[in-house]
Amino acid sequence: MMHFALVPAVVAGRIISLSPLDLAIIVIYFIAVLGIGFYLRNFAKSGEDFFIAGREMTAWVAGLSFLSANLGSLELLGWAGAAYQYGILAAHWYWLGAIPAMLFLAIIMMPFYYISKTHSVPGYLQLRFDRATSGLSAVTFAVMTILMSGVNMYAMAVVMKVVLGWNIHFSIWVSSLTVGVYVAMGGLFSAIFNEVLQFFLIWLGALLIPILGLVETGGWSGMVARIHKNFPGEDFTHLWRGLGHFTTNPMGIHWTGIIFGLTAVLGMGYWTTDFLVVQRVLAAKDLRSAKMAPIIGAFFKMAVPFIVILPGLLALSVLPYHLVPENAMRPGLHSYNEVLPLMLARYCGPGLLGLGITALVAGFMSGMAGNVSAFATVWTYDIYRVFVRKDAEDSHYVAMGRWCTLIGLVVSIGAAYAVMGFASIMDYVQALFSFFIAPLFGTVILGMLWKRTTGKGAFWGLLAGTLASVGMFLLVKFHPQAISIVALSSHAKAMAEDMYRALWSWLICVGVTVGISLVTKPRPAAELAGLVYGETELPSEGHLPLVKRPIFWAGLAMALLLALQWIFW
Amino acid sequence: MGDKRRMIPVWFFVGVLLLIYGVLILADGIIEWNHLPNTVLASLHEPVWWGALLIAIGALFVHLFRPRKSSQ
Repeated sequence: MMHFALVPAVVAGRIISLSPLDLAIIVIYFIAVLGIGFYLRNFAKSGEDFFIAGREMTAWVAGLSFLSANLGSLELLGWAGAAYQYGILAAHWYWLGAIPAMLFLAIIMMPFYYISKTHSVPGYLQLRFDRATSGLSAVTFAVMTILMSGVNMYAMAVVMKVVLGWNIHFSIWVSSLTVGVYVAMGGLFSAIFNEVLQFFLIWLGALLIPILGLVETGGWSGMVARIHKNFPGEDFTHLWRGLGHFTTNPMGIHWTGIIFGLTAVLGMGYWTTDFLVVQRVLAAKDLRSAKMAPIIGAFFKMAVPFIVILPGLLALSVLPYHLVPENAMRPGLHSYNEVLPLMLARYCGPGLLGLGITALVAGFMSGMAGNVSAFATVWTYDIYRVFVRKDAEDSHYVAMGRWCTLIGLVVSIGAAYAVMGFASIMDYVQALFSFFIAPLFGTVILGMLWKRTTGKGAFWGLLAGTLASVGMFLLVKFHPQAISIVALSSHAKAMAEDMYRALWSWLICVGVTVGISLVTKPRPAAELAGLVYGETELPSEGHLPLVKRPIFWAGLAMALLLALQWIFW
Repeated sequence: MGDKRRMIPVWFFVGVLLLIYGVLILADGIIEWNHLPNTVLASLHEPVWWGALLIAIGALFVHLFRPRKSSQ
């Protein structure tokens, strides 16, 4: 059935050897980001500047930054690998798992975030509910963010070692110190500038792979024909056809998991309540820009599968050997996660290779910058200012933010070294992060749309949803047969389990929040102005021409999304 | 706020970086025209046209967003 040798045609030990020109391109990037950070230090003087970039970003800058904060190198490498493993099903995470949520954030939620003038998502929860709910979400977010930063740091250093042969310690320290210096100098300004820079580098560094890949295979139909020849009987190129049952698609998932788990809960939770991405939109200069930013991001997000998913599909059709899962790695083999560097090495010579590697390094560094800048904001404003020192000067909080950036990085480095000893921790931390996102979405959305929601209901609902999610994870971990209960089928795979766990934890959060809210005393309506639907006067956009209205562009994005589902059905 | 009005747009920095990269990659593509790397489809000379594309985008951004003297 499979006629390929399992031995790659690249040198064992490392995938890519860099030329002096490639190294020069990487070094120039480091010099550029440090120079920009040095330049921006003069503009980050007040707390508003340092933590929210002065709220003066245009819709385009905020939109590209919003998208890029999520477009880290691990995201690129991981999803290209997922495309090799699961085929075009991986595109659901870029389309249905992201676009509806981005548009929902823009049209429904952003007015409340923006009009309330909050500096963070926990900050909104404090305004809407109380210190307990805000504190719970702030502490969880801070811990998870810094752990994620460390795990990503280690994972990227491992990739650099495998792909380029670089020393792990060198990768961790050089990139961390660079990020620490430029974020400590320019705060969110630096993070956003670097994210916009990274956006262009990723597109221009990775775009050659799908272009040359399609030239080599003779276009989409040629690629599909080759995949069918290489993997007879398997369907890697349809979005929905195989989702009628858990066993008829490579991901082991049912369409209900995609619609209800991914689209309605996990995607919504990530794109509307994860402060790492929402912080970028809060930096917009006015409400219309804040609403347009996620919509601009949505259009580009729809195009990202072209540089992430398509290379994975092309690899299925052109690589003369098979990639393997991480747990099946042996010397001489390559894992799914190496598919993007392998394709880069296949098509790109000196110079272009350096550009591609720079794009990956830039993605990694801007992802880290996003984590530490979000951590510094939440720690300083939602933990330190609320629970430790309430009435300090603004300059004191800016100094705290700068120190937090550096301390956050040091803790991240510590987490990276801790992960080295316990590789499986990476899986747990990823899962821990997802535990929090789904219930938080339940808390925030009820807070925004239902004025009867009380602080007690929100706190206990959030806690119950999070604990239920952890409980389901542990249940399946220690009793694998329980997956038939959590994910509705014994044939469900890990990805399906994540989706259904998110759905149940969201429902539990909402159920507990509603139940307790109905038996506790709500805040007077007058105190909810600017925070809740029905008590907030939303600015009318009726006077604007159609092409300037966010709702018009959101409708267009939605139509494009539906067209993509139909094309790749 | 006076400082902030003079902040150089991020697009200018993007343009400068792409311009530098474009020049380096295009120059290398021309110099190595007869010494093709061992990659698939190397005969298309992609460093030349991709380098030119980077130069075009970079030059456009630098031109449109270059720092100008404030009129205020």
